[in-house]
Amino acid sequence: MLLCWWTRTIRRVAVFEFSDDDVLVEALTARDPDAFAYLLDRYHAALIHLAQQYVPSRAVAEEVVQETWLAVIEGIDRFEQRSSLKTWLFRILVNIARSHGVKESRSIPFAAHAALDDEAAVDPRRFRRFVLRGRGQWKVPPQSWNDPEQHAVDAETRTVIDAAVERLPPAQREVLTMRDLVGWSASEVCEALEITEANQRVLLHRARSKVRGALERHSDEGRSR
Amino acid sequence: MSAATPYVCRQFVEDVTAYLEGALPEDLVAVIELHLADCPHCREYLAQMRTTIALTRTLSDDDVEAIPDEVRERLMRAFRERRD
Repeated sequence: MLLCWWTRTIRRVAVFEFSDDDVLVEALTARDPDAFAYLLDRYHAALIHLAQQYVPSRAVAEEVVQETWLAVIEGIDRFEQRSSLKTWLFRILVNIARSHGVKESRSIPFAAHAALDDEAAVDPRRFRRFVLRGRGQWKVPPQSWNDPEQHAVDAETRTVIDAAVERLPPAQREVLTMRDLVGWSASEVCEALEITEANQRVLLHRARSKVRGALERHSDEGRSR
Repeated sequence: MSAATPYVCRQFVEDVTAYLEGALPEDLVAVIELHLADCPHCREYLAQMRTTIALTRTLSDDDVEAIPDEVRERLMRAFRERRD
């Protein structure tokens, strides 16, 4: 009787603490359906979102995600928590997505070299050109995004970012997605893509600069409306 | 960078990612921080890069679309069957 009450209490506590990786992994290993349900609800949409960066259609993205979940069910017992569960989950997804015929050629080494070309983060015409006027200083400086909703992602901002990410060259998109959407560290990305830290940084820089540019244009449009 | 070339805004917009990543040598970081103290536009640019990163991060967490019931059920079944 007491044991029964105790088990139930522990179980209820656990549901609230699935945000803690240790608790969640232990529950998954113990095959607690609540834990798996938590995982599905928490990450399914994000996985679809990421899968769509790799594969040509929504339908294929859904397939990739289902395959990912099945791989999680198969593999959870072997998960050693060397990374967070989220990273592990997304890494499975990326591997499956990449094996599913990718959107464009993703020969990263080639793309990485291409990205090392001289590509300015900001239109050079926005800086002063003449020495006497202070060459290299802002001529058209960035305007403050002092929109109160700046830190909230409304639907419009989301569309702007999504479209900007979609337009990135594949290697830049992949690095940005891994770093800023999935939240991997620089070294995790370098390991996964087999690129150097310097290459990773250049790709990330180009990508983030473009997304910032898109947000800036969006903010400027808002101001002139 | 030689002492003859002052650090300029145009350089900052190229260094900003390495700066945020903590990948720059200390002496360059010092130069950049001096520049930032003086230049409100580059401070704004830095703030925008931080906002850009933060907004992009929220995209994956913030997906509102729910998993379709039938997919959810099928996967839950797969999870339970594996248990046995």
